[in-house]
Amino acid sequence: MSEVKSVATRAGYGKALVELGKIRDDFVVMDADLAAATQTGMFKKEFPDRFYDCGIAEQNMMGIAAGIATTGKKVIVSSFAMFAAGRAFEQVRNSIGYPHLNVIIGATHAGISVGEDGATHQCLEDIALMRTIPGMTIINPADEVEARKAVYAAMELDGPVYMRFGRLAVPVVFDEDYKFEVGKANTLRDGNDVTVIATGLMVKEALEAYDLLKAEGISARIINMATIKPIDKDIIIKAAKETGAIVTAEEHSVIGGLGGAVSEVVCEECPVPVVKLGVYDTFGHSGPAAKLLDEFGLRAVNIVEKAKKAISLKR
Amino acid sequence: MEKAAKKELEKIALKARMGIIESIHAAKAGHPGGSLSCVDILTYLYFKQMNVDPNNPDMADRDRFVLSKGHAAPALYAVLAQRGFFDEKELLNLRQIGSILQGHPDLKKIPGVDMSTGSLGQGVSAAVGMALSAKHFGNDFKVYSILGDGEIEEGQVWEAAMFAGNRKLDNLILFIDNNNLQIDGTVEEVNSPHPIDKKFEAFGFDVLIINGNDFDEIEDALNKAEKCTKPVAIIAKTVKGKGVSYMENAVNWHGAAPNDELFEQAMAELKAAYAEME
Repeated sequence: MSEVKSVATRAGYGKALVELGKIRDDFVVMDADLAAATQTGMFKKEFPDRFYDCGIAEQNMMGIAAGIATTGKKVIVSSFAMFAAGRAFEQVRNSIGYPHLNVIIGATHAGISVGEDGATHQCLEDIALMRTIPGMTIINPADEVEARKAVYAAMELDGPVYMRFGRLAVPVVFDEDYKFEVGKANTLRDGNDVTVIATGLMVKEALEAYDLLKAEGISARIINMATIKPIDKDIIIKAAKETGAIVTAEEHSVIGGLGGAVSEVVCEECPVPVVKLGVYDTFGHSGPAAKLLDEFGLRAVNIVEKAKKAISLKR
Repeated sequence: MEKAAKKELEKIALKARMGIIESIHAAKAGHPGGSLSCVDILTYLYFKQMNVDPNNPDMADRDRFVLSKGHAAPALYAVLAQRGFFDEKELLNLRQIGSILQGHPDLKKIPGVDMSTGSLGQGVSAAVGMALSAKHFGNDFKVYSILGDGEIEEGQVWEAAMFAGNRKLDNLILFIDNNNLQIDGTVEEVNSPHPIDKKFEAFGFDVLIINGNDFDEIEDALNKAEKCTKPVAIIAKTVKGKGVSYMENAVNWHGAAPNDELFEQAMAELKAAYAEME
């Protein structure tokens, strides 16, 4: 087996912007003084005249993006998840969400894996915040390939899109011929004892958990839920019916994120146990990303533990 | 401005003032004070200044307007209705279930509304975005916006101003409706934004100070703005509640609807002023 390469999803995002810039000129890219980090800097370098730096003023950047979108043009705005979804929440809600404008928010440095910058920059609530905005599409890619393809797909959507990318290099899961479709989850491994629904960098962990569970005689179904809104209800209901227990895994607070979204569907459509793996209502702290993922229990072994719990809760 | 033309605008503005009072009275809610203060500016923009077409409200190269002080929606609606963007009868459905006329402007529902606003400080950023879009994509439309003098206490306004000034967006013209009152009192009492002129100058704007309830001065300022090579801030000194005696300079009429008796009085005053012009 060839060695798996690791690339940050933000790199896929930056690369896709450059590729798109070469084939269409009906959009601009904006950043709030973080172009080097968010990777919009790749676009800036290639197309300096189509890139606007708003400076350290995320709220205004969201409003400017909204204004551009009203003129029938696409806009991609970038910042860290904390500032895009957190600081500018109300601008995103009222200036972009309410008028349902074609603004793509490329939010990078999401989750605990920001690492050394610590709690102020480790956004664990962006999915929850963005999910409450009617008409908002939320995409949280698992790897560089999916990130790149998701950017292309987002450009074709009507209405606002929140895209969540990570800082940390993560193993590539998908082949180049992978087809990404907004709102469609994909089953990466089939199984019938329990389903693990994972998003973002937890997808790779879920695939490892599959092997660990298999070794213990447990057959797990692994689903990659890249689009968190609109969520793929059908695949969730099918998993609930066929496996009778679900684990959600996300690098986000267990409040209001993927776990919340899946629970909402399961509770109303086909009640079975849903055990959530994520960050448990606490702030992060500084440290190397990999160690933080260990410490906060965002690993394959933790998924295994939750899977067993979910199975034990089956009636 | 020729006397006849000025009189015509004053009549339109008086009718718009009646529309403001009628719609807010019918809704039993709304913001009359700040609507009456800025309605002359709106009248001039929509009847003399802006390239807009009521029969084609989404015309691509139209001039844009953003009511950043979105609570003055009744003024915008009254002017849009008179200009023919929708039936004037709709004004009486302001803020009602099923009406296109939301409490604050909604671009999805209302023909002629270019941006949804209401949360203060946000509209101006959208106006800056429109002006930037025109520059970037090679369109020559202009963007106008009205902000409240209380509204400019919002930090986002200055983020937007910094960007517009730095980018020299000379296709952007902001009016500051300086009626000197906000909900909790005078702007000086609450959190003074003064000196407004020096602030905008420092942010890279050309600044003009006018009487915002005088059509000659509005016209003169807009003509001067044409020649500016920077974004323009027109500080419009206005009277809150202008045209209705008991609402003028009265802070309690920021966001309250008149009862039937006061409604009749307001309408009688406006109709008398209109009759004088005939």
